[in-house]
Amino acid sequence: MAMDRDQVFEKVQEVLVDALGVDEEEVSEKATLMGDLGAESIDFLDIVFRLEKAFAIKIPREELFPAEALMGNPDYVNNGKLTASGMAMLKEKMPHTDLSNFEKDPDINKIGDLFTVASIVNYVQSKV
Amino acid sequence: MRWIWIDKFEEFKSKESAVSLKNVTLAEEHIHDHFPGFPMMPECLIIEAMAQTAGILVGEAKNFKEKVVLAKISKAVFFDFVRPGDQIRFHTKMESIAPEAASTTGKVTRGDKTIAEIDLMFSHIDQNLGGKQFPKENFVFTDMFMSLLQGFINKPAAETK
Repeated sequence: MAMDRDQVFEKVQEVLVDALGVDEEEVSEKATLMGDLGAESIDFLDIVFRLEKAFAIKIPREELFPAEALMGNPDYVNNGKLTASGMAMLKEKMPHTDLSNFEKDPDINKIGDLFTVASIVNYVQSKV
Repeated sequence: MRWIWIDKFEEFKSKESAVSLKNVTLAEEHIHDHFPGFPMMPECLIIEAMAQTAGILVGEAKNFKEKVVLAKISKAVFFDFVRPGDQIRFHTKMESIAPEAASTTGKVTRGDKTIAEIDLMFSHIDQNLGGKQFPKENFVFTDMFMSLLQGFINKPAAETK
């Protein structure tokens, strides 16, 4: 049975409350995982594990959080900014995320802001 | 003193679950300072003992080829003190395991009583941290830890000739 967006959001919210030790009210659609919710790298794996269990889905390595793989590649990152080909790759890998703001200033330090609660909900919805 | 906070394994189901046991005694010197007049096992060491139990379960799942380090204490809730003379058990279950990491849940018990609930995450450090190089030998699973598993598993493949 397909779940509607609200149902997915509620479950994602629960997962993030457990994984990050935050309050339910903090987990809004717009909240960023790193900036607003204080997630660190190991938390991303924790979130993947918990989402897999909560929704009985399989999340292939780096499909949900692919940006880390781009960072180390000089073709994709130049002088602290994502290159045009890096941006193209990011778009391809993160179809579930709104990149329009990031595109104006693709500073890699802001890449953490791309992971929002909404992007997780979008991703999960495409899987259930 | 050796940095080992479990005495033996009682159960070991590869990739699934494990139970270890510790006898807490006043011969452990730190207990006299924690606290004078009220000796108890520090909670951080109870977490460490669970991490050793669960970490060995995680390590064995990959044949002790990965360097398994504690990366996150997802949950640690304590319901009672652990005092000298107590015999406590660390029950742990593997929840998820991936190439880079693993997560476990666990319960500490004394008899029928639950003393603590401790959920952990471990990182396989060679697979993380942006390709940072670590020493080749597995400094996590030393002979000291491996001896705990005598009678439960065969020697790890890495050590057999």
